[in-house]
Amino acid sequence: MTNNFVFETDLAAKKIHVAREFNAPIEKVWKAFTDPDLLEKWIAPKPWRAETKIWDFTVGGISLYAMVSPEGQKHWVYAKFTAIENGSAISSTGMFCDGDGNPVLDGPKSYRDTKFSSIDGNKTKVDMVITFEEESTIKMFVEGGFKEGTIMTHNNLDELLASE
Amino acid sequence: MDIRRDIYQAIADPTRRAILTLLTIGAMTPNAIAGHFDSSRQAVSKHIQILAECGAVDQDQRGREIYYKLNIDKMKEIDHWMEAFRKLWEIRFDQLDNLLNDL
Repeated sequence: MTNNFVFETDLAAKKIHVAREFNAPIEKVWKAFTDPDLLEKWIAPKPWRAETKIWDFTVGGISLYAMVSPEGQKHWVYAKFTAIENGSAISSTGMFCDGDGNPVLDGPKSYRDTKFSSIDGNKTKVDMVITFEEESTIKMFVEGGFKEGTIMTHNNLDELLASE
Repeated sequence: MDIRRDIYQAIADPTRRAILTLLTIGAMTPNAIAGHFDSSRQAVSKHIQILAECGAVDQDQRGREIYYKLNIDKMKEIDHWMEAFRKLWEIRFDQLDNLLNDL
């Protein structure tokens, strides 16, 4: 199945655009993004797992979850919901956290707009634009992904080597 | 950590991005670079200095002239970060595919 994955970076505009199609109706995809029990099942790249601490899906509400490594290392992810259009769009502001999951309120922020649209009734397109306040902080935000990406790659390599 | 050594500092300014774009054509002297901008030579020279400190450009002495050229390897660092971020989302979405199948 082609899923039309898009990942475009426009560093001059401080934007990253991520898009993807899913072979499921929009209600299911919306649920997977907004029900913390479901979100936990896909948001952390294996073998990391997600543990939700706060989930208040209302405008002004907060989501806080930890990505937990197999060794128990925690990487906190904090966001405040700034706009919700039920079933079709979510906007949130991301902030850095200290080691205990407390947001650094005066630190750099990222803004994420996610839109959901139905294709032919049984497929769903998710469009996400992540905007950064400062170019120099893109690296800081991407760093989380980089670390997990690196760890993931190493784990995959370990698996590969073990199976040889 | 010296913040000036950060490659992101290099791209954090529109003039510096324009200089980097200009240098994709080929190595240039500071005078030739400054000729493309309305800002003062001193201002352009300062940007070139920051680009050099970030490792985004290298100096090339040719006779009496100094040429600046892109440090391609250093610029690739940005690609590596972005590639890891892209991979993270790719993997998340593949996991989401599996979850949606089971819902």
